[in-house]
Amino acid sequence: MQLWLIPILPLVGFALNGVFGRRFSKAGVNIIAVGSVLLSFLWVVKTLVALNAFSGGLTEAYREHYYTWIQSGAFQIAVDFAVDRLTVVWLGVVTGVGLLIHIYAVGYMAHEGGYYRFFAYLNLFMFFMLVLVLGANFLLLFVGWEGVGLCSYLLVGFYFLEKYATDAGNKAFIVNRIGDFGFALAIFLVGVHFGTLDFARVFAALSAMPAETQAGWITAIGLLLLVGATGKSAQIPLYVWLPDAMAGPTPVSALIHAATMVTAGVYMVARSAQIYQHSPAALDAVAVIGIATAFFAATIGLAQTDIKKVFAYSTVSQLGYMFVGLGVGAYSAGVFHVMTHAFFKALLFLGAGSVIHALSGEQDLRKMGGLWKKVPITCVTLFCAGVAIAGIPPFSGYWSKDAILAAAYERAPWIYWVGVFTAGLTAFYVFRALFLCFLGEYRGQPAEPEQSHSVPASPHASGGHATGAQLAHEHHIHESPAVMWIPLAILAVLSLVGGYINVPKFLAPIFGELHEGGAWLMYVSVAAGLAGVGIAALFYLVSPRLPDMIAQTFHGPYRWIYNKYFVDELYDSMIVSPVVDGSREVLWRVGDVKIVDGAVNGVGTVARATGRLLRLAQSGYIRNYAAWVVAGSILVIAWMGWRGGL
Amino acid sequence: MPPLPFPPHAPISWYLILSAILFGLGVAGFLFRRNIITVFISIELMLNAVNLSFVTFSYKLRQNDGHIFSFFVMVVAAAEAAVGLAIILTVFKNRQTLEIDEISSLNK
Amino acid sequence: MDTLLFLVLAAIAVACGINVVLQRHPISSALSLVGVMGALAVLYLQLGGEFIAAAQLIVYAGAIMVLFVFVIMLLNAGSERKSARHLWARWAGLPLLFIFVGLMAYVIQALLPPSGEVSFGGFDGGSAQAIGNRLFTIYLLPFEITSILILIAIVGAIVLARKEID
Repeated sequence: MQLWLIPILPLVGFALNGVFGRRFSKAGVNIIAVGSVLLSFLWVVKTLVALNAFSGGLTEAYREHYYTWIQSGAFQIAVDFAVDRLTVVWLGVVTGVGLLIHIYAVGYMAHEGGYYRFFAYLNLFMFFMLVLVLGANFLLLFVGWEGVGLCSYLLVGFYFLEKYATDAGNKAFIVNRIGDFGFALAIFLVGVHFGTLDFARVFAALSAMPAETQAGWITAIGLLLLVGATGKSAQIPLYVWLPDAMAGPTPVSALIHAATMVTAGVYMVARSAQIYQHSPAALDAVAVIGIATAFFAATIGLAQTDIKKVFAYSTVSQLGYMFVGLGVGAYSAGVFHVMTHAFFKALLFLGAGSVIHALSGEQDLRKMGGLWKKVPITCVTLFCAGVAIAGIPPFSGYWSKDAILAAAYERAPWIYWVGVFTAGLTAFYVFRALFLCFLGEYRGQPAEPEQSHSVPASPHASGGHATGAQLAHEHHIHESPAVMWIPLAILAVLSLVGGYINVPKFLAPIFGELHEGGAWLMYVSVAAGLAGVGIAALFYLVSPRLPDMIAQTFHGPYRWIYNKYFVDELYDSMIVSPVVDGSREVLWRVGDVKIVDGAVNGVGTVARATGRLLRLAQSGYIRNYAAWVVAGSILVIAWMGWRGGL
Repeated sequence: MPPLPFPPHAPISWYLILSAILFGLGVAGFLFRRNIITVFISIELMLNAVNLSFVTFSYKLRQNDGHIFSFFVMVVAAAEAAVGLAIILTVFKNRQTLEIDEISSLNK
Repeated sequence: MDTLLFLVLAAIAVACGINVVLQRHPISSALSLVGVMGALAVLYLQLGGEFIAAAQLIVYAGAIMVLFVFVIMLLNAGSERKSARHLWARWAGLPLLFIFVGLMAYVIQALLPPSGEVSFGGFDGGSAQAIGNRLFTIYLLPFEITSILILIAIVGAIVLARKEID
């Protein structure tokens, strides 16, 4: 079965749309873009059925070798694709959820400029993501890794005429790059110690080592891989790019920053499980960073007023959960959460996009409210997502989150308690957003007869600033077209029942069985979730003035979490400003202008001066020349005589 | 004959020293005379000195290659004299002077 | 006897050489050069270079110097005027010259091992037959090239010195 078709089909879509898209009609672009992803998805299904993946087969990885990319002495890197059960989860999520988001984007971007460019970039992203998960060695993974980073930059900065969008794109790419540096170092170490980058060979060599081998370098590899993962999957300390990346169009936020790209770090750690099994220190680091990020981001999400920012911090927090799952040894639980999170987080983002689309660009929660009447389908689907993410049984989020927390309790109970508290916070802020958005009274612009609808290519302000005349008023708020709410509905169904897809059991041949924890663990976490929902209802439905009073009372802490703990400002003063100023003052003014330019100009100056000096010999008088000849010949004869050993 | 104060046959080095003296005289004339024809004549003097040197060495080495080389020097001197004098004629026609210091348009 | 001959001829040559350099009228320099060439021709004979001696007199003294005399007379070049400039050259140049000559003399003396002496008839390879033999076998190529060189010189001289046809 031709595995290469899976990524190549979207690449073909990218090529066609990228080169010719300007001349196609919108329908043509749609067919190519959505069609290529649809074909890729169908091919995935066909391949998995042929491999008996769902009927007990595929216990060993299935590989296809294409060609040898690098051959340098004994070191060889081949372009191989491999499918094992871990890959199956990601293939399904990426192509399936990706397909739904592509369909949604057809409706969402209908009025935007640069239509074909958007879908070209989206297809390119699919290509790189699929290469990432199908690659059978670290280098192919890295190729996909970098590629999705590039596409993230292109898509976040899609509205490139707006400075905040290009800034956000730059930030995403540069912060990712820092993580990539750690990842690259890890790859070098793997290559040095194992002589190969191929997964099968590296992990076979690792499993041949006794379990107590804790050589420092394995820990180093694990930690460096973790650095890469914190960059791509937005963990502490490199998460700062993800909230800013909300400057991109909402389908981008859904696809890249919720369902697929940010899970690349989780994939990479799960794939490298053998390395972490040999290095408990690195594994503990994964878990600690995960739970810290989960808690930290959840606290920030409590006070945000932009709906997309709330969900962005929610993504960071949920990614933290996935890393907790990996870090306590329950790899399959973490992967399970990847899948369920893809369902409900993509749904949350797409739904938010639907709301924003309906409101013609408004993103500020304080100006929403009472929309359940106007956009009922969006409202229902988003509440499905909300109950899923809050961890309420029997919906999908509960199964995966509970698996993680149970495993965490066995490993380190404090992680469990922090995780439970964070689950409560998660439920609170998600339902806060939903209540503020859909229930209560509408707080936006009052109805006015003469309002123009939003024009194409309107930037979706991340701070939620309302450019008065352009924003919607009550009469114009309408439900999204079918091409947008059908994917929402499908994702809602998956969010509700997706938990019954028993991913841990599916991954048992790779990661082993998960242990069931005590039943009381389950009750406590569900209670925390319900408590969060209840408090949110209290704050925003029953007594709407309560949140403001609490914010006033605890003004200091509120200010801290509202300003996201001033982390961006801290980074700016500690890292960004010194680098930029140092670069400008030292590297540019001194290094480039004085030294490099000085050297180059100096060569010219020296040449000119030498020429001026030598010109003095060209007097034009023949006798002077003759005199020089005689003098020179005297010198030569004398030297020859001296050297001749007289 | 009374005993002479010098050896009966001249050592070879004396010929070479003579050649050197003549060559030096040629160089002096070349450097210090201002008439361009006199400079030319000094060059010919130098060539003659060199010829003497060649023939002396060919005597020493008992080979006649030096003679042949000397022959070629003469041929080349002839060609050079012809062309050089033609140039001098042209220069004189243009500038009406034979002062070597006034023919300095190679300056600048 | 050979030595005496050498010394006389050498004296003549040096005297004529000094005359070449010191005379102010070019024609006197040219005639002094002829004297130098004659002395050198006899010295060649003493060194066994019969062919070269004859060639020197016929070609060098008889053709080239005649050419020189023709040109001097054609140009009607007068005596050189005494010049006041470049006095420093005279004061600097003479010592330099003596250094030059002395250096060469020293090099010759030191480099040459005490070798033989020149006696008339000591070398007999300079006959026309011997020279011709080598000239047309081993040195054939340079011979032909010099004939082309002379051709070039003829053409060049004609081109340079002709009158403009106006």
